[in-house]
Amino acid sequence: MASWKLTPLLHGKLEAYPTAASLDPPDTDPTVTEPTTSNTSDVLKISDVIKTFDQPGGGKLTVLDIPDLTIRAGEQMALIGQSGGGKTTLLHLIAGLLTPDSGSIRVAGIELTKLSEQGRDRCRAATVGYVFQTFNLLPAFSAIENIQLGMAFGNRAIDTHRAYDLLGKVGLADRATYRPNQLSVGQQQRVAIARALAGKPKLLLADEPTANVDPASSDTVLDLIIGSCRDENIALMMVTHSMEVTKRFERVEHLDKLNRIFETI
Amino acid sequence: MWLLRIAWRNFCYRSLSSVLTTISLALGVALVVMVLAVFGIVTEAFSRNAQVGYNLVVGPKGSALQLTLNSVYYLSQPIENLPYTEYMEYFDADTRAAMVRKYGGDPALGERDGVYVPMIGGGYAIPLALGDYLGDFRVVGTTPDFFEKLRHGPTLEEPFVMREGRALVSHSEEYGYFEAVLGSRVAGQLNLSVGDQFSSTHGDPEGKGHGKKFTVVGVLAPTGTPNDRATFVNMEGFYLQENHAKPLTGEETIVPPSEAPEDPDGFMPLTIPEREVTSILVRTGMPMMGVVLENQVNESLRSQAAAPVGEIAKLMNAIIGPLLTALLVITLITCVVAAVGVLVAIYNSMNDRRRDIAVMRALGARRGTVTGVILLESFLVAVIGATTGWFLAHASIWAFSGLIEDRTGVQVGILTTSAYEWYIFPLVLILAALAGILPAASAYRTDVGTNLAA
Repeated sequence: MASWKLTPLLHGKLEAYPTAASLDPPDTDPTVTEPTTSNTSDVLKISDVIKTFDQPGGGKLTVLDIPDLTIRAGEQMALIGQSGGGKTTLLHLIAGLLTPDSGSIRVAGIELTKLSEQGRDRCRAATVGYVFQTFNLLPAFSAIENIQLGMAFGNRAIDTHRAYDLLGKVGLADRATYRPNQLSVGQQQRVAIARALAGKPKLLLADEPTANVDPASSDTVLDLIIGSCRDENIALMMVTHSMEVTKRFERVEHLDKLNRIFETI
Repeated sequence: MWLLRIAWRNFCYRSLSSVLTTISLALGVALVVMVLAVFGIVTEAFSRNAQVGYNLVVGPKGSALQLTLNSVYYLSQPIENLPYTEYMEYFDADTRAAMVRKYGGDPALGERDGVYVPMIGGGYAIPLALGDYLGDFRVVGTTPDFFEKLRHGPTLEEPFVMREGRALVSHSEEYGYFEAVLGSRVAGQLNLSVGDQFSSTHGDPEGKGHGKKFTVVGVLAPTGTPNDRATFVNMEGFYLQENHAKPLTGEETIVPPSEAPEDPDGFMPLTIPEREVTSILVRTGMPMMGVVLENQVNESLRSQAAAPVGEIAKLMNAIIGPLLTALLVITLITCVVAAVGVLVAIYNSMNDRRRDIAVMRALGARRGTVTGVILLESFLVAVIGATTGWFLAHASIWAFSGLIEDRTGVQVGILTTSAYEWYIFPLVLILAALAGILPAASAYRTDVGTNLAA
């Protein structure tokens, strides 16, 4: 038997391996169903979403008040805006990591605001991929295992072949057993992209994915994200500060314009 | 299964902390297992020693426990001595008369049965004379009956087996009255064997040495009883050592012996008034008569009878048991402390892991999933620690099994387990669950948004 270090976490045995869904207790939330876009091509539809945060001195601070935002299947959109303007908060709302004070967020046809936290976890795992600015690879796991974890948590069977294919696609087939600390910054981001795609999401959220990589790697990272989303018909919403990056997108939205709170300032 | 693998990877990733925590738990478990083993060995040893083959120990009035300790275990100091005539009360008139003829004394002693004869019926009474030492080991003056009539072992059917030589006799052409038989441990520790001679010391191990030497004629095979650490000498030879004869008052009626064997060195057995016994080992022919005899002896003015089994049980319950229980409690506390160590180690690691937990949540893991991973880590430490500790303890016990068998007669194998050991694993798992709850709760409460942004 190979050593722990060289053995992929979830190598092979696809049929025998339990899915996250099979391990979880039955979901009693009636609103949680398999995601569908059969009656609409909108992967994301936001209506009248307001998000506030408690302020240290009391009172509430409204950071987002978005009347309408829609992304269609396969559409690619860059989101720009000033620092602290609520871009990451918006991504967290769409991923179901935060809940809005009011309004509606539908992802792949599922109304997030009516789901329990457990339901949002399932929805996120099944429909959303997330690429972070700081990659956030799990340091205890190898590159291939990080990708497999993306599947394991994504209510899907562990598809080892797909994991290796994705790693090959991002040019790291020969780094499968490397830990994050054995990879360069650019390589780590490429693994993070492969992980975000592992669960076959309907929507990929990318939070400044090129901010921490060098310019050469930045192009590679962008090519990978944009190309992969196009190939797999995944809607893409990428937060960026870079005008160079926005040139790669047909649709560019300014959060300042989407967000009604800026109208009142 | 994949949750377990995630937990295992986290365990390996923080290998130093994980291993140290596991070692502390393993040592705690090893301590508990060893204490339980000691508990078992001591209980077994006491139980074996309680299989003495006789119902009663009779000695002078005083502490029954002290009488048992010095006559059964050859520990503690003898209380006092009884006149030889007290020993003669266990024999019929003919035997008593024969004693008078052999040793010399008042002929009237042989004119009646001993007062305890009706209760002995088919049993025996064996005298012991204590007070001398060979090195640190007790010298026990007794008669050949000790080796002929006493039995030991679980069924009380095992006779004494000589590993070397023979049992002592009351008088031999070769060594006269001065023959000795050594317990197995005495022979091994003092490197004595058949044919060797030794002088016993009077009163304590550093006491004055007696002039007349005993010759070793036999070495007992190990019995797992206190007899392994005793030196048995012919009681007649014991009496003939200087200062062992009871001073006469001049008022005694003594008819000189007519049947004493001729001794090449001119030694003659002491007369009955000069003889004393420290204790008498008594077995009644019918077990129920033991109680009657015990009552009757205890009603007498001079002597007391104690049931060794009862006294040993009292000793276990009064001293040894509570001591072992206290030891067990202390080691269990050690286990709890080790479990707290697990808690502290995992809890301290939580600060470094909040981002990992947030990432797992962002990838779709539920709160319950990340909580389960943390609990599994705690269980991993517990299972590895408990298993390692268990094997460590048993390997240690096994390593000393020869010594333990030599000292106590209790055989211990590497897989000899105490019934209580099977409670250790569930107990450790419960402790691990408790230790894991706090960090697991911390994982459960981890705020994803805050920690992803951190």
